Amino acid sequence: MASMRDIKRRKGSIQSTQQITKAMKLVSTVKLQRAKQRAEQSKPYFNCMYETVTSVLAKAGGLNHPYLKAGASDRKAVIVITSNRGLAGGYNSNVVKLITRGGFSKQDLEIYAIGKKGRDALQRYGYTIREENSDIIEEPSYVDAMVISRKLLDSFAAGEIGEIYLAYTGFKNTVVHEPKLLKLLPVEAPQAEDGDGGRDKTDRAMMNFEPEDDEALDMIIPKYVTSLIYGALVEACASENGARMQAMDSATSNAEEMIDHLSLMYNRARQGSITQELTEIIAGANAIS
Amino acid sequence: MADDNRNFLLKIITPDRVFFEEEVSMVEFNTVEGEVGIYKNHIPMTMIVAPGILTITQGTEVKEAALHAGFTEVLPDQVTILAEIIEWPSEIDLSRAEEAKARAEERLKERAPGTDLNRAELALKRAVARIESVR
Repeated sequence: MASMRDIKRRKGSIQSTQQITKAMKLVSTVKLQRAKQRAEQSKPYFNCMYETVTSVLAKAGGLNHPYLKAGASDRKAVIVITSNRGLAGGYNSNVVKLITRGGFSKQDLEIYAIGKKGRDALQRYGYTIREENSDIIEEPSYVDAMVISRKLLDSFAAGEIGEIYLAYTGFKNTVVHEPKLLKLLPVEAPQAEDGDGGRDKTDRAMMNFEPEDDEALDMIIPKYVTSLIYGALVEACASENGARMQAMDSATSNAEEMIDHLSLMYNRARQGSITQELTEIIAGANAIS
Repeated sequence: MADDNRNFLLKIITPDRVFFEEEVSMVEFNTVEGEVGIYKNHIPMTMIVAPGILTITQGTEVKEAALHAGFTEVLPDQVTILAEIIEWPSEIDLSRAEEAKARAEERLKERAPGTDLNRAELALKRAVARIESVR
């Protein structure tokens, strides 16, 4: 059995680790609340954008627009949204796995990394990191999303990349986060969903465009891409804090368990040593008399 | 028209928040094709917003805001503006807008090689819209 001092030292070290994980859990709980609120506030915009683009595409079905077909280039750009800090359970590695197991060939990919963890991991695997904007994940703003989407759309228009993907973690609720790989460009006509919120379908069928369809597409698609990127940033932010909160919660309770176990061992060792001392004293006394 | 109610629902949504959601009687703003004013029972239409002033009329009350980018979906009884950037006059920093205006004008005047003229022009329009909405 380990000595009393060893057990005590180990218990102390676990206790201070537990304090850290507890504090981190509290911090991420607060951050999660804020991030969640932001994610919810950006939802109406995103939903409306999606509906509009769907109806535009439904109407412009046969249209031969550059944004709707794959570019000539084999190169694919992937925006990878991860976190800057670890200790968030499988949050970062799940996103990285989307890329490494997504059936892409390594040479064709250009990574636009947002978040240091994802960048480091992909760099280690030997992917090309084209650009890095890790700072924006801390406080995602719409302007950041605009900058990125403009850059990507420019290189798409110039024919440097043929497809654009977005890898991020979707936020379903506080405990469920889902790593997602989304194709941004070319835009695939989304499947019309049934029963979309009781809106009158005939209203949509009669929709006019000003300017004409293809010009409208020219202007709407970049906004659509930007809103997708922004939505992903906001959701990823919420997921990151959710994941960290969960990870830290289980770390804290694991530490609790270990401390309990060690306390038991410590007490046993203490009792053992007292018993031993007593036996020794009694034996000594017996020997004298 | 049998319907006496001439109000319709105006929703202005930005990526960060729902900016405005109320019954209004008329809304005016700039589109890439020119200025428009929309009453109830407009034909369904999707329009792209150009930088300018958004005027909301609710009965006798008039509200203004600086609307910079986005697009609008018009349905007979509802108008949704998906605004990338929109500000109430109280949120605008006038001196900053003035500076931006001067900067953009400078750039347009110089026409230095490598300047994105379209962008400078848009920046100028945005600055002007901000300044006008404050006044």
